[in-house]
Amino acid sequence: MSSAREIAVIVGAGHAGAEVVAALRQNAYAGRIILIGDEAELPYRRPPLSKNYLSGEASRESLLIRSAAAYDKLEVECWIGTQVLAIDRVKKNILLSDGRIQAYTKLVLATGGRPRKLPDPAADKSNVHYIRTLADIDRLQSGFAKGKHLLVIGGGYIGLEAASVGIKNGLQVTVLEAAPRVLARVAAPEISAFYERAHRTRGVDVRTGISVQAFHGEQQVEAVQLSDGSELQVDLVIVGIGIVPNDELARSAGLEVNNGIVVDTFARTRDSDILAVGDCANHVNGFLTRLIRIESVPSAQEQGRTAAHSICGKDIPHVAVPWFWSDQFDLKLQMVGLSQGYDRLVLRGDLASESFSAFYLRNGIVLSVDAVNRPQDFMVAKRMVAERVQVDPQALADESISLKSLLPAA
Amino acid sequence: MAKVIFIESSNAEHCVEAEPGRTLMQIAVDNMVPGIYGECGGACSCATCHVYVDPEWQARLPARSSDEAFMLEGAQEPNEHSRLCCQVKMYEELDGLVLRIPLSQG
Ligand SMILES: Cc1cc2nc3c(=O)[nH]c(=O)nc-3n(C[C@H](O)[C@H](O)[C@H](O)COP(=O)(O)OP(=O)(O)OC[C@H]3O[C@@H](n4cnc5c(N)ncnc54)[C@H](O)[C@@H]3O)c2cc1C
Ligand code: FES
Repeated sequence: MSSAREIAVIVGAGHAGAEVVAALRQNAYAGRIILIGDEAELPYRRPPLSKNYLSGEASRESLLIRSAAAYDKLEVECWIGTQVLAIDRVKKNILLSDGRIQAYTKLVLATGGRPRKLPDPAADKSNVHYIRTLADIDRLQSGFAKGKHLLVIGGGYIGLEAASVGIKNGLQVTVLEAAPRVLARVAAPEISAFYERAHRTRGVDVRTGISVQAFHGEQQVEAVQLSDGSELQVDLVIVGIGIVPNDELARSAGLEVNNGIVVDTFARTRDSDILAVGDCANHVNGFLTRLIRIESVPSAQEQGRTAAHSICGKDIPHVAVPWFWSDQFDLKLQMVGLSQGYDRLVLRGDLASESFSAFYLRNGIVLSVDAVNRPQDFMVAKRMVAERVQVDPQALADESISLKSLLPAA
Repeated sequence: MAKVIFIESSNAEHCVEAEPGRTLMQIAVDNMVPGIYGECGGACSCATCHVYVDPEWQARLPARSSDEAFMLEGAQEPNEHSRLCCQVKMYEELDGLVLRIPLSQG
């Protein structure tokens, strides 16, 4: 049992931090809870930043994960606009950007990540943007206007989502991907090809195996020189080339850091009073039985609950199956599992109809699934991956056989 | 203010204030109703906001979209009263609405 004298301090008011504070109270944590975040906002949802918030459809208000009143009711103190500068593990306190020092009984690092920057200083201009925070979108939105030429650097999910919103809002859009195909790190070649085609037929100029050699322009980037020697005029650049985990606080405090803060399956670092969750945590996922750093909302939330359980003395391992979604144009993509090591790809449905599911199998066992405009398949796919179901590839591809019937009888 | 009642599979009741205009999922999350996670934030992609609508209220809710119906098809223990509550916005006339949380989200 926790006592009222305890203090849980959560560093980082994002998806993971917001879940930790709620889960602590749900598990009857009796101590003081302080949520500290260096952005100007209470925790909000990031996925819409490259989707319906960028397009102007979603309101700012609708992004809040919880209303301000909800934190009051939870008796959670939100110290917004405050950065944590250092951790003193011996004295068990932290130093804040306003000079104050705050003691903790348990400390949860939920610091997320920041966009990886282009190395070229010539790209450091006011019309070159990264998408991670609401402030990033506020800064970007005035230039994100009809008729402008948007250059997207990076053919990952965020880049492709931004490209699709660009088309929707009447911009002229070019996507550059240095790898031979978009989504190269996460999807099969067939799926990459599908997305390249889908973007091209909707008006995006997708170019792969190509990179920017030089940025030209004084105040702003006005043109870029590409690796094939050609030049492109641009009004606006959005860069989506991945994130770097915010693990410096932990590193300076002498905690183990390796592509993120290293934690066990209970979200604990080797200092049993310090935990880490979300995008910043290289954690042991009990389902995958290995260390992994995952950048997704469901994973951030699950880890947040795991940390809260650990703090409340209930050791429940983190065993969630990773999953993710991405909305581009009218294509609803839902993915579950990790495809690494697959030896066979089975398609259910027709690529041309833009409604299909791709099953990644290893030795007949479903490792992961990408469902495009197939929400009915996705929910069953999630169970197949979680239960490591072995399936007959022929039956999987046969739409006259219901997917549910391929699950083992309960 | 209008109220909505969430009932857990254990029969524990949560009678919460429901601000019109917010979705029923947001209202549940604001009030920490157990079992309503809202992982996808209302993108109709996760079904972690699955509820059963009390039959007498069912007709007063807007119809399901095809995406919602498809998601529910694959959900655990769906029935004719199933809804994804992120797809329904609160309005005054739903004052007193009763929603039950599936056992699997217990
Ligand atoms: C544009 C975009 C689209 C996305 N789309 C999807 C999607 O469709 N589906 C999906 O599952 N995931 C998506 N993601 C990923 C998802 O948003 C992240 O995985 C999630 O936000 C991780 O939560 P977190 O709490 O670990 O980190 P964050 O949400 O980044 O929160 C960390 C917070 O900590 C703050 N912080 C850092 N250091 C300090 C410090 N020293 N002191 C105080 N505060 C600090 C940061 O400023 C930040 O506010 C998307 C991300 C982006 C950027
Ligand atoms: S919150 Fe994800 S489907 Fe409702």
